[in-house]
Amino acid sequence: MPKFISDMEALLGKTPDELKAIVKELGAQPFVANQLSDWLYKKDVQSIDEMSNLSVKFREKLSESYEIGLKPYLTVQESVDGTKKYLFPAANGKFIEAAYIPEKERKTLCVSTQVGCKMGCLFCMTGKQGFQGNLTAGEIINQIKSLPEGRELSNIVYMGMGEPFDNMPNVMRSLEILTAEWGYGWSPKRITVSTIGIIPGMKEFLERSDAHLAVSLHSPFDEERRQLMPIQHIYPLKEVLDEIRSWDFGRQRRVSFEYIVFKDLNDTPAHVKELSRILNGIKCRINLIRFHAIPGAPFQSSDEQRIEAFKDELNKKGILTTIRKSRGEDIYAACGLLSTKILGNS
Amino acid sequence: MGTGISAVKKLELFPEKIIDLKEIGGGGFILRLPRRYDFEAGQVIGLSTRLSLEPRLYSIASGENDKELEILFTRKDDGQLTPALSGLAQGDTVYSSRPFGNYTHVTPGCFWIATGTGLAPFRSMLRSGKGKDAFFLHGARDSASFYFSEEFRESLSNRYVPCSSTGAGGCFPGRVSDWLLQADELPLDKQFYLCGRAEMVVEVRDILISKGISFKNIHAEIYF
Repeated sequence: MPKFISDMEALLGKTPDELKAIVKELGAQPFVANQLSDWLYKKDVQSIDEMSNLSVKFREKLSESYEIGLKPYLTVQESVDGTKKYLFPAANGKFIEAAYIPEKERKTLCVSTQVGCKMGCLFCMTGKQGFQGNLTAGEIINQIKSLPEGRELSNIVYMGMGEPFDNMPNVMRSLEILTAEWGYGWSPKRITVSTIGIIPGMKEFLERSDAHLAVSLHSPFDEERRQLMPIQHIYPLKEVLDEIRSWDFGRQRRVSFEYIVFKDLNDTPAHVKELSRILNGIKCRINLIRFHAIPGAPFQSSDEQRIEAFKDELNKKGILTTIRKSRGEDIYAACGLLSTKILGNS
Repeated sequence: MGTGISAVKKLELFPEKIIDLKEIGGGGFILRLPRRYDFEAGQVIGLSTRLSLEPRLYSIASGENDKELEILFTRKDDGQLTPALSGLAQGDTVYSSRPFGNYTHVTPGCFWIATGTGLAPFRSMLRSGKGKDAFFLHGARDSASFYFSEEFRESLSNRYVPCSSTGAGGCFPGRVSDWLLQADELPLDKQFYLCGRAEMVVEVRDILISKGISFKNIHAEIYF
């Protein structure tokens, strides 16, 4: 088996302060930290040896304990619709997936934040995997940096494997690296972070980041949502929405609600009415998502006609509602289908 | 719930002096704190050893009418909280939140399934008089990890079924999932309450659904 993970500490994912500490520890001048940061986040180098404006002696010292931390993808699958699913290595012999979704106007990467997920949503394949660990900020960034199409990306969505706000330090750090001037300089308006509604994490995210927020809603009724999403026991939707109401959305930053449409379960007129009631006063969008069947889940997706009608009814109620195009279903890259359970156990 | 969500910094925390912290075997500890608030069996609190440290969520293991608040946890050497927490003693300060959560709608004759410290909400329910006719399927690694088994056995009699794949004495020889797979039939009209690690909960939930239990009758609480 090839060696995916090295014992060296990764530089990718380090902040300027951390780089300064490393540089100091290795006896170099403080300005070297800025040079190091530039090499990591502004230029494309594959090894410390290529950092040509650092002294050879420093590079040698640095290489004794550190590496850049780039981890090339292991496999790629391509869908008939052009979506690509990349498999990346993670720590402890585990794996994660990232989905690259090219469209005419935008090219989006859906990144993972955890190996598996502990939220246990009934409709999600990643949830069936259980939880095997958090990704580091470097491992999150690596999905972008090591993507062959990395330079073409227009949008990044934190909607892959895992619950981002269950890995707060690394998610926030990765957002900082992506958006900081010293980092990749991405506009936060091109980044969306999706959560099932972990309120404390959501608060911290809204305070510290300007990226867009997406919340998995899936049912406006407490008991029904509880049946689908165990987190409802801890952070009920009402409290999630109360928190969202206290923030200014609709100008620079958007909030959207993800809603998988299950046949005869959450696609009724009563759901339209209740959605309209609970979202009243929130400038938002609802994204309707077709359910992509997974083994053992006792659901079917609503048919196209019903989803269209559901969308129209919500729009009539004044809630901007769109239907998300399913992408990569044939390679299990579509929403809710990412999983590396079999690989992780092998 | 035992090893909580890692991002609960924004919970309001209050200092509390430890009344008692006792190791009870199998890596488990019982933490006793003053009880400041009313709560419902099945609720959780956020807990931390320092304000600067992210609190973790723990189900309350004591009853609604008990004088003190009890938290059951196991020490995880690589954990963020439990190595420090397990080293504290009577009189030391921890930081805890008000009780919250709504894993509380327990009905008579329900079916509890837990592994390890996942029994905490069920012990709270039992001590709160909410365990009438309950059936408890409890999985643990070894006999030392069947916390409070005497209490459950005394109250539930043969409706308490300990399961251990390592062959602990007096147990069903296998995991809770094995017991469920071997069960001839399960009560389709009962409410099933699951608590434990995500892997256990999703596996057990799939088994229950495959055996005809409606997902609407399954209440899952995960070590978030």
